[in-house]
Amino acid sequence: MLQKSAVNPFSSAVRACLGSHPLVAIWGILLLAGCGGGGGDSAIPIGEYSSLTGTAATFGTSTHKGATLVMEETNGSGGVLGKQIKLLTEDTQSKPEEAATVVTKLITRDGVKAIVGEVASGRTLAAAPICQSNGVPMITPSSTNPKVTQVGDYIFRVCFTDDFQGDVIARFVHNTLNLKRAALLKDVKNEYSVGLGKYFAQSFRQMGGEIVVEQAYSEGDNDFKAQLTAIKAANPEIIVVPGYYNEAALIVKQGRELNITVPFMGGDGWDSAKLLEIGGTAMEGTYYANHYSTTDPRQVVQNFVKKFHEKYNETPDAIAALSYDAVRILMDAMRRAGSTDGPKLRDAIAATKGFDGVTGTITIDANRNASKSAVILAIKDGKLTLRETIRP
Amino acid sequence: MSELLQQVINGISLGSIYALIALGYTMVYGVLRFINFAHGDVFMVGAFVGYYAAPRITPLVGGSLLIAGPVTLLLSMLVCSALGVTIEKLAYRPLRPRPKLTILITAIGISLFLEFGGQLVFGPDPKSFPTLLPSTVLINTPNLVLRSTPVIVIGTALGLMLLLRFIVLKTKMGTAMRAVSYNQSAASLMGINIDTVISFTFVLGSSLAAAAGILYGSLYPSINPLMGVFPGLKAFIAAVLGGIGNIPGAALGGFIIGLIETFVTGYLSPTYRDAIAFGILILILLFKPSGILGRAEAEKV
Repeated sequence: MLQKSAVNPFSSAVRACLGSHPLVAIWGILLLAGCGGGGGDSAIPIGEYSSLTGTAATFGTSTHKGATLVMEETNGSGGVLGKQIKLLTEDTQSKPEEAATVVTKLITRDGVKAIVGEVASGRTLAAAPICQSNGVPMITPSSTNPKVTQVGDYIFRVCFTDDFQGDVIARFVHNTLNLKRAALLKDVKNEYSVGLGKYFAQSFRQMGGEIVVEQAYSEGDNDFKAQLTAIKAANPEIIVVPGYYNEAALIVKQGRELNITVPFMGGDGWDSAKLLEIGGTAMEGTYYANHYSTTDPRQVVQNFVKKFHEKYNETPDAIAALSYDAVRILMDAMRRAGSTDGPKLRDAIAATKGFDGVTGTITIDANRNASKSAVILAIKDGKLTLRETIRP
Repeated sequence: MSELLQQVINGISLGSIYALIALGYTMVYGVLRFINFAHGDVFMVGAFVGYYAAPRITPLVGGSLLIAGPVTLLLSMLVCSALGVTIEKLAYRPLRPRPKLTILITAIGISLFLEFGGQLVFGPDPKSFPTLLPSTVLINTPNLVLRSTPVIVIGTALGLMLLLRFIVLKTKMGTAMRAVSYNQSAASLMGINIDTVISFTFVLGSSLAAAAGILYGSLYPSINPLMGVFPGLKAFIAAVLGGIGNIPGAALGGFIIGLIETFVTGYLSPTYRDAIAFGILILILLFKPSGILGRAEAEKV
């Protein structure tokens, strides 16, 4: 009751600013300063939510670097629709519940016109319904779970999905390497790993390949020798590990210690400088599917790698490249729409066709997913090399 | 079943690390009658000391692993001893007259402090542990590959356990530790300085945890500030399984847990691994709370 009597004198002002939902009104009174500030600023506010701290801190930091680079480029060349872009970044602390909170804040308090994020599908799925119900277009740079864009017509992605990636890995193993007996070692605590493993196995079996043994581990494990010993006994021709880089590097390293000589292969979860740092020379002769290769000679790729290196003094990973593409597609859509109005912006993003991105030529399909090619990287002499580009 | 021998070696090398950590739990329980839940995080700090020290020590001794390995191990044991004694002095000693629950909650607080303070200081991302042990192939058959790393890990762990047994049974300080564990007030009436004995217990326990950290980093070369949580819990189960407060029991419990985990992962599914480990804990607490080696053992500390 106390709270209500405090709200009343201001309620008309809050309603004018934030709509008439009572909860939103109370929320707004607490944050009145943010609401007043938005009106006087002529820059277009764009929201970004990413895991800057917590377990996935390295991913979130990459996303933020890619997005910041586009903002600086855009503002340096005169902005969009005659206005500057203002990137508002919120930290999800690698937690789904935090993702929902910060996205609500970005929309209701900061009044952002569009949202970019997150890396992990779990957190993206927590935030997507909020963007959908508020009519704010959202582009996820790197959530590969198919469910993400099924939330609604305001949710888009610029990366490929896990079913495509699983198929790409299967095609490479079966057709290029010409191997028919695969072992699968997946992370049962991680939805991405389980999903990618499942799609790979489906495609591989359809092509006539055989999964000779399936083993599992849990995120955070350090000892994989028991699983690898069992895999070795089944005598596979290749071992597919659809997990994240930390465990993948340890798995390959321990596999080599057990004298397993067959190649290992993974997906985009392997993409991190830490992979080679932890795995070292054991990573020789392994492969993984990814979104782009820094050695791709295309102009847009080389420009991006050069600019990123100048600003941050490091080589961009795939997550940074996807974030860069996501924000550029958003800028492009704003120019084509001639407006930052929700429905118009949504239609313009949906109409993206043949966009020349760092991570390939991107066309948004009818399900709001990106239709684009994937690359297979090989680790050779301690370096990543582009082995093959696989089209949809 | 041709890979059985390989799985046994995998299990024993993991078990020897659990055993080293379990010894610290059991000794502190012996003298203070409480579970030092921060012990697993001292193990983590031990690994990080190795991570920062090894690249600086190795060039000084001309890249020789034979010298760099033991020097790093000793340095890490020294740093963690100091850490253990400091934790005891600042956090546990002032609470000693209070109910045991107070000190237990404080231990959990120290544990969280080390974990998240570690994320702040070391960074949350996994670090690659430097190579300290040579990895040459000793035996190479289709069913069994034995490298020098696990052999050195098991050897070092056993050596440290024997050293601990000697200290506890044959030295004056060890006798004092045993006396304190039997009856604190009687021991103090006989002129034993309880504070010194407790500090010494933390020195022993923390330096074994540090050694376990270095060996763990060498076997599984990716370390992070939260790496102590699960090995700490497993070692705690090992200590209870062997009989908490009992030194040979902790070592035995460590090897048993290591072997069970490896066999469950290799022949059943890793999904059940933690469930089985904690299931064992529940069963012991229900049917034989004193553990396998029980209280009958004389050199309880």
